[in-house]
Amino acid sequence: MTMEVEGGEGQGKTMLCLLTDPDGNPLGTPVNFPLNTEPQHLQQIVNQLRQNEERLPYAFYIADKELVESLGKFAEKNKISVEKVLHIVYQPQAVFRIRPVHRCSATIAGHTEAVLSVAFSPDGQQLASGSGDTTVRLWDLNTQTPLFTCTGHKNWVLAIAWSPDGKYLVSGSKAGELQCWDPRTGKPSGNPLIGHKKWITGISWEPVHLSAPCRRFVSAGKDGDARIWDVTLRKSVICLSGHTLAVTCVKWGGDGFIYTGSQDCTIKVWETTQGKLIRELKGHGHWVNSLTLSTEYVLRTGAFDHTGKQYSSPEEMKQAALERYNKMKGDSPERLVSGSDDFTMFLWEPFLKKQPKTRMTGHQQPINHVCFSPDGQWIASASFDRSVKLWNGTTGKFVAAFRGHVGPVYQISWSADSRLLVSGSKDSTLKVWDIKARALKLDLPGHADEVFAVDWSPDGQKVASGGKDRVLKLWMG
Amino acid sequence: MFFCEIQPQGDYIDLHRKRYGYRPDHFERKRKKEARLVHKRSETAQKALGIKGKMFAKKRYAEKALMKKTLIMHEESSTRRKVDDDVHEGSIPAYLIDRVNTTRAKILNNTIKQKRKEKAGKWEVPLPKVRPVAEDEMFKILRSGKRKTKQWKRMVTKATFVGPGFTRKPPKYERFIRPSGLRFTKAHVTHPELKATFNLEIIGVKKNPNGQMYTSLGVLTKGTIIEVNVSELGLVTPAGKVVWGKYAQVTNNPENDGCVNAVLLV
Repeated sequence: MTMEVEGGEGQGKTMLCLLTDPDGNPLGTPVNFPLNTEPQHLQQIVNQLRQNEERLPYAFYIADKELVESLGKFAEKNKISVEKVLHIVYQPQAVFRIRPVHRCSATIAGHTEAVLSVAFSPDGQQLASGSGDTTVRLWDLNTQTPLFTCTGHKNWVLAIAWSPDGKYLVSGSKAGELQCWDPRTGKPSGNPLIGHKKWITGISWEPVHLSAPCRRFVSAGKDGDARIWDVTLRKSVICLSGHTLAVTCVKWGGDGFIYTGSQDCTIKVWETTQGKLIRELKGHGHWVNSLTLSTEYVLRTGAFDHTGKQYSSPEEMKQAALERYNKMKGDSPERLVSGSDDFTMFLWEPFLKKQPKTRMTGHQQPINHVCFSPDGQWIASASFDRSVKLWNGTTGKFVAAFRGHVGPVYQISWSADSRLLVSGSKDSTLKVWDIKARALKLDLPGHADEVFAVDWSPDGQKVASGGKDRVLKLWMG
Repeated sequence: MFFCEIQPQGDYIDLHRKRYGYRPDHFERKRKKEARLVHKRSETAQKALGIKGKMFAKKRYAEKALMKKTLIMHEESSTRRKVDDDVHEGSIPAYLIDRVNTTRAKILNNTIKQKRKEKAGKWEVPLPKVRPVAEDEMFKILRSGKRKTKQWKRMVTKATFVGPGFTRKPPKYERFIRPSGLRFTKAHVTHPELKATFNLEIIGVKKNPNGQMYTSLGVLTKGTIIEVNVSELGLVTPAGKVVWGKYAQVTNNPENDGCVNAVLLV
C-alpha cells in the first residue's frame, strides 16, 4: 500500500501510525506518515482506504484528544514518542451542518399552566406540547400559531411521544390515563387508555424498523409497572411488572427489547412478545432517573433523515429505517447509559453482559437527564449541580464539563449533526454548547421562569422550549 | 456452680392454660369485667379530685385523641384514590414530582410558622411613613475629659450595621460610638410573594429615612432600607444571572427586639 502526501519542511521525518475506528478495529496496516500530515490529509487517506464513493468528513483523535494541527506539532505539544506506533482514531462526522439557534422567533401563549413537555414529530414538521392545564396542543410551525387544542385528559399532561412514523401522538397524564391523538385533526382516536394506577412518567414507541406501521408503544408509571399498548386494539397488551418502586424511564431498544429504569435502583430488560424479564442490571445506589440508548436518535426519527424525504408506504419506511438503524449501529451492540440520583452514570452493554462496562463519576448532584448524541459518539448528562458534562460514547471517559448555568439543568437536546447541544435550566435560560470547542456557544435568555422542556427539531431548524412561565418559545438560527 | 436456665416468673398462668385450658367461666368473666369497666371508669372520673382528676382527664384525652387519629387513618386508606383526582395548581414535570414536594412543603411550613409568629396582618409593609427620630433619642451624650466637662462624644442608642472590615478610630477622633452589643450582621428577611422568611446577611445600609448622617453611620431603625445578600435564595435575573444583592426594608425596632426583621422589596 503506497500513500503519497505532498511534503513540506517536515519531509523525511515520519511517524508510524495506525488508523482505527472508534471500537479499536484497525484500518489497514500501520503506515508511516510524515510529521507535517494535517487532518485533511488523513481524511483523504481514510476516504480512500474505506473506498467511500463520496468524500465524508472525519475527525481524528489521539488518546481522546482531537487532532487539529499537523502530527508533528501535536506530538511535540503532547510529548508523544515518535518511536511507538501511534493509534489514531477516526470518527465520521455528519455530512450536513446545523446552524446554531440564536434568536427567539416566536413566543406563543396558549397554555394556561406550565408547559411540561414538548416534542417535535420525527420529520420535524409538527410540534406538540403537554401542559399542566390538562391539554395537549399542536402548533403550526410555519405560521407559529396554535393549531389544535386537544382536551380530554383529567390531570397534568406529563409525557408525550410521537410514533416514529409520525402518524400518532400519545400523551400520558398525572391521573394515569393515556390518550392517543391524530396529529392531522387534533382529535382523540378513541377513549383514554386506562390501566396505570398512578401517573405516567415516560412513553416510548416501538421502533419503526421492527414493525411498520407503528402500533405498539410502552408506557412507564409511578405505580411501578410498565405497560405495552396497542393503538389499533386500543388496549394494554402486556403489563411488565416487577419493579418495586416507580418506573422513571422507559426505552424501546432497536433490538426489540424494552429497558426500564426505576426508583428501586435497578434497570430491567424485557422481551416484548411475552413480556418476560431477561436481564436485571444492578449497580446504582439510588433512583435511576434517565436512560439513553446509543441508537436512540435513529429510533426516534425512524426513516426520516436530514434530506427530508417522505415515504409513501409503511414497507418502504421500514426498509429505510432498518437501513438507517444498521448503519448507525455498525457492528457493535447497542449501548445503554443510565443516570442516577447517586450522582453517577453507568455504561452498559445489556446485550453482552449484565455487568456495567464503565462507571462514570464526576457529577456532584443527582443526574436528571442523559442523552446520547445522534451519531452515538458522545453522551451528555444534565445534573442538578448546574453543569452539563460530556462523555465519550464508546468508552465512557470524561471529556468536558460545560459550566454556565446558575440553576439545576433539567433537560438537554442534541442537534441532528451532533455538533451542538442545547440545555434548559431552572435559571430560566437555554444555553447552546459547542461540542468541538467544548465551550458555551450561545446564551438564550427569554423565559420568565424555569424551563421544563426543550427539544431540537430533527430537521435542525428550530428549538422549542416550554416552562413554568406558560409560554412556548421557538428559537431559530 | 452450674448454670440453671432462668425462667420468667410470670408465665405460670400461660403455662397452666396451655396444659389444662381456660377456666370454664373465663370468657364469661372477661366479658362481664369489660362491660363493667365503662361504669367503673366513669365512677373514677366523677370521683377523682384535684391532681388525680387532672391526671385522669389528661390520660383519657390522650387515649381518645389517639383513637380518633387511628380511625381517620383507616378511613383515609380506603379513600386515598379520591385525593389525587383534582387538578392542582403549580404543575411540574414528571421528573420533579417526587422531589420538589419537599421544598415546596418547606416553604409552606415556613409560611405557617411565620404567620403564627406575626399573628397575621402585618404584611402591609413596605412602610411608607416612619416616625421621625429626634437626635436626643438617637444619640446619648458622653462626657469626656479629666473633669468630664467636654461633651462632644455621642453614642448611638439604636441598632447599627457595621461593615466587616471596620476598626474603631482612636478615642480622640471617635465622635460617634456604635456599641458592639447593638451591632447586627444578619436580618430576618421575608419574601412577600413566597411568604417565607430567611436569615440573610446584611451587605449595607442603603438609606435611613431620618437623614444622610444616619445612613453613613449604618443606623438600623424602622423603615431603613438595607441591602441583603440573597444568593442563597437562588433568585435569577431574566438573563439568567444570579442576583446576590437586593434591598429590604426594616419593619421592626431592632433596638427593642434584639433582631432585625425586614421585608424584601420586589
